[in-house]
Amino acid sequence: MVKVTIDGIEIEVEEGTTILNAARMIGGNVVPPAMCYYSSLEGSGGNCRTCLVEIAEGSTRDPRPMPKLMVSCSTQVQDGMVVKNKTSQRVHENRGAVTEFLLINHPLDCPVCDQAGECHLQDLSFDHGGAGSRFEEEKRTFEPIDIGNKIKLHMNRCILCYRCVKVAEQLTEKRVHGVLHRGEHAEISTYIQKAVESDFSGNMIDVCPVGALTDRTFRFKSRVWFLKPMNATRECKKCPGHATVWMFGEEIYRVTGRKDAYGEIERLDGKTAWICDDCRFETKDPKQWNIEGPRKINRHSVISQNHYEIPNPLKTNVKKSLK
Amino acid sequence: MESLTNRKKVVSDKQMTFLESLYLPVVLAGMAMTFRHMFNKSATIRYPEQQRAFAPVYRGMHVLKRDEQGRENCTACGLCAVACPAEAITMVAGERLPGEEHLYREEKYAVTYEINMIRCIFCGLCEEACPKEAVFLTDRIVPTSFDREDFVYGKNRLVESIDNRIDITKRQHTGKRGKK
Repeated sequence: MVKVTIDGIEIEVEEGTTILNAARMIGGNVVPPAMCYYSSLEGSGGNCRTCLVEIAEGSTRDPRPMPKLMVSCSTQVQDGMVVKNKTSQRVHENRGAVTEFLLINHPLDCPVCDQAGECHLQDLSFDHGGAGSRFEEEKRTFEPIDIGNKIKLHMNRCILCYRCVKVAEQLTEKRVHGVLHRGEHAEISTYIQKAVESDFSGNMIDVCPVGALTDRTFRFKSRVWFLKPMNATRECKKCPGHATVWMFGEEIYRVTGRKDAYGEIERLDGKTAWICDDCRFETKDPKQWNIEGPRKINRHSVISQNHYEIPNPLKTNVKKSLK
Repeated sequence: MESLTNRKKVVSDKQMTFLESLYLPVVLAGMAMTFRHMFNKSATIRYPEQQRAFAPVYRGMHVLKRDEQGRENCTACGLCAVACPAEAITMVAGERLPGEEHLYREEKYAVTYEINMIRCIFCGLCEEACPKEAVFLTDRIVPTSFDREDFVYGKNRLVESIDNRIDITKRQHTGKRGKK
């Protein structure tokens, strides 16, 4: 066990833990934001640079500060390390700069985008972004394309976090999409427009921190803050069937995995409860789901703007789950 | 005991004098006051022949604006509906098809957009919330009707027609929005 201090809060964690995970153990607002790191995807992180923190003291043995800001998602803690996140002016300024860079090619189409209201880039720019843009050049633009018959790719919105590539690598048998070209020209694409068809490909929608990958069955149907997220389960042969259904009245508009406070899919019995494409795209009848009840929503979220209650508990099968 | 405030009025049963009991001087004084008002400037106007000028930011019937090229500004983002304290606004979004670029400005548009004018309290929060400068309140008054259904205004009555634009430049350049 090693001792680490983050924003003046001391915590003992196991050796080999990253700074980000140590901060998440403390919780609250000492947790740095992360756009690319995803705890259940191996090898993710280190791309987006939003989780940069200042290390004021390296360790007890060598207490010199690290000269540059470090990526907290891939830097391991050392005994006696002192980390500054919220308390560091440098971190704040740098995060603002990183946000500005992420927004360089990002279109300002939140009113159109289906991710608005649950978008991590929206939250990040709300906290760290500037009021206007200093980018005068033309943004790079792409036409939205269908990858697979259920997923829409808006390359304009992509921030190249590589999460979806990791999903394809680790959850599906054959990866058919990836990042083509390099540097400024890099883009997510499928090999010769080949469709993504796999039982778990829909999870790349859930891991996408922005609205680059969206659900075609939910495209422009409604806004997330008009829907009521309900915890629901279902018996499924391919996956745990542990999901959130987004309801409007008595109808299910879309199905997603259950996401925790960091936007990551919750764990069930030690494993990440990824849901399969059958649950996500094909089962939209409330009778096929066992609806447990409303999901807890952070009151600062725009989703809680809606009047949030059980839509007539007598009509849905809430009672079944109580038995 | 002495009163702590001087708001109390002491009642007296004083007898009227002869002149007072005739009431005539008081009646004449009252009539003089009445007739004097006949020559004063009238406080009312003769509506509907005459109409008062509206304040530049008067909040009346809504309009859904089009841009210079005649394309609808609204993208059905739903911010007006979530801002509306009276829950008067509903909408259904749709995807713009290829070939409809001259009708709608963005790839998403409102297929139906309804404002219930009975629910609406004309607070102007929808106008405030709109990120696309699509919905504005105007100085037009919502006409009366005998049917409740008539007050649910759809896109046919809210979207301005291309030939007959509704001028809202005054609202945009006064008050909080300032001069542009």
